[in-house]
Amino acid sequence: MQLTVAPIPFFWSKDTWSAFYEEIAETSVDRVVLGELVCSKRLPFFQDQIPGAIERLIAAGKDVALTSLALITLKRERKLTADLVEMGLEVEINDLSVLSYLPKGTNFSVGPLVNVYNEGTLRWLASLGATRICLPPELPLASVEILAKEAEALGVTIEVWGHGRLPLAISGRCYHARLHGRTKDNCQFACEDDPDGLDVATLDGQPFLTMNGVQTLSDSYATTVHQIDQLRAAGVTALRLSPQSQGFADLCHQYRALVEGQCSSEAVLNAITGQTPEIRFSDGFLTGDRGVAMSTPPIAART
Amino acid sequence: MVMEIVCPAGTPAALRAAVKAGAHTIYCGFADETNARNFPGLNFDRTEMRESVAFAHQHGSKVLVAINTFPRAGDEAIWHRAVADADSCGADAVILADAGLLDYAARNHPNLRRHLSVQAAAANADMVNFYAETFDVKRVVLPRVLSVPEIAAINAETEVETEVFVFGGLCVMAEGRCSLSSYATGRSPNMNGVCSPASHVEYHDHNGVLDAQLGGYTIHRAQKGDAAPYPTLCKGCFTAGEKTDHLFEDPVSLNAEQLIPQLQKAGVTALKIEGRQRSRSYVTQVVRNFREAVDALEDGRPLPQGMLARLSEGQAMTTGAYKKTWR
Repeated sequence: MQLTVAPIPFFWSKDTWSAFYEEIAETSVDRVVLGELVCSKRLPFFQDQIPGAIERLIAAGKDVALTSLALITLKRERKLTADLVEMGLEVEINDLSVLSYLPKGTNFSVGPLVNVYNEGTLRWLASLGATRICLPPELPLASVEILAKEAEALGVTIEVWGHGRLPLAISGRCYHARLHGRTKDNCQFACEDDPDGLDVATLDGQPFLTMNGVQTLSDSYATTVHQIDQLRAAGVTALRLSPQSQGFADLCHQYRALVEGQCSSEAVLNAITGQTPEIRFSDGFLTGDRGVAMSTPPIAART
Repeated sequence: MVMEIVCPAGTPAALRAAVKAGAHTIYCGFADETNARNFPGLNFDRTEMRESVAFAHQHGSKVLVAINTFPRAGDEAIWHRAVADADSCGADAVILADAGLLDYAARNHPNLRRHLSVQAAAANADMVNFYAETFDVKRVVLPRVLSVPEIAAINAETEVETEVFVFGGLCVMAEGRCSLSSYATGRSPNMNGVCSPASHVEYHDHNGVLDAQLGGYTIHRAQKGDAAPYPTLCKGCFTAGEKTDHLFEDPVSLNAEQLIPQLQKAGVTALKIEGRQRSRSYVTQVVRNFREAVDALEDGRPLPQGMLARLSEGQAMTTGAYKKTWR
């Protein structure tokens, strides 16, 4: 099972950004997708660091791809996307509009924010050159199994959301700006103080969502620790780990140990909560009755 | 050309009412998970669809069939059958969101006109043109994240017709790309055709304070005598930092009636009204008012003022993303 590091969803400073990839280069992950996914206004702050990070990661033996934006509306964003496909590195599309810029016959990968719910869409993307698809986190295991089987026949690698706050929605409106009484165009980068997003609680004070500029994430950190065997049996060959500000390199090591069969799922969860005690887990999209649900480990794993 | 009014119908009776009220076009769906308004007691069986299309055609109106959820892996045949049945019922077009289903329809029903659903969230001209070139899509329903100048810019770069929402419920998130509802309840717009489903709503009275919960999450609290809005997730009340408020969107609905002339100048072909779950009388009133507005515009008369305020059920109105400051 391969491990992929997802693009950083949050707005981190240039130095934090670069240090993060320095650290990732030292881990055993197989693949890194980087670039700006959520908000085009953030990109100028770290854009000049991207070539160096790519070089460092490739030198460390990692597969590297560049993500597109999740929502492309402005002229400037269209230009950015056109430039992205010119960079000569594999592009992970997270908005279908990127397909209109890719020269015919170019191979590409598909990120979790593209709606791949069924075999027809998977076949269509494969016919255009998709070689790897990270499925939408919303999909239940039953769908993952069918899609992984279809993908295998087409030679497409299937990845699932393995760890991290779930990307639940993307909007034209910036909620961080709205919270501060500003508009998106005059946001003054209200999101920069929240390296893991801003907690959004219900009126009972119950943790529920996470605000990240134009993106809304779950409060809980999705994890597939309890489903590794089922995913492997289904033909899933990669897990996606989404960056968080604390303990991420260690988390990568934990997941590596898990997929190599060197530790139990509970040991991984314990190690993660040892570093970040306040986080809550979920795996309900895969095996529960709703996304926020968290399963107990399979009996065999309770040793 | 007079702008086309595209009106919702959740039942054959609502469709007939909309036709009689002057709707140029009516959109509706089959009574199953293939459409994004899959509510109990709503929508059309195959016989009703055939008869309704015939009725509309007799009166000079068109019928569009929305098949705009994302087919479930392993069960695509249900969605394929819906496309085939819309074709055989004589529908003027199908409204589709899923790329795989568009591909299927283009291959197997090439003469059935295809519209791109708002659930596909095609938010720039390149995407619109890509769908047109790839699947021969003739019209795109634009997502509710665009301002009027952005809509004009899209129309300047495409031959594809555009349709925009002007009245009714308002998604704050990019449509077809939101799983808030399935995170909290297990039921989602993309997969089940429902959002914040009534089956997961509970109201609790604590000494005169009414809590509204969705999936057990308290997202609205009303004092005795105050209105208790339906707990739709993106319009709920939450706390972040020091602030407790409607952090994503207020409980508002869209009303862009005063923007109709600007939307026409922006090159928009059709104006869409949300609400297949609405009553016959609601549909009749909304259609009459919008028809009056587009006819007035066509004849160079001033637009009727504030005609729809009474239909908003006490909710505040917004022009949404059409004005850039909404962002």
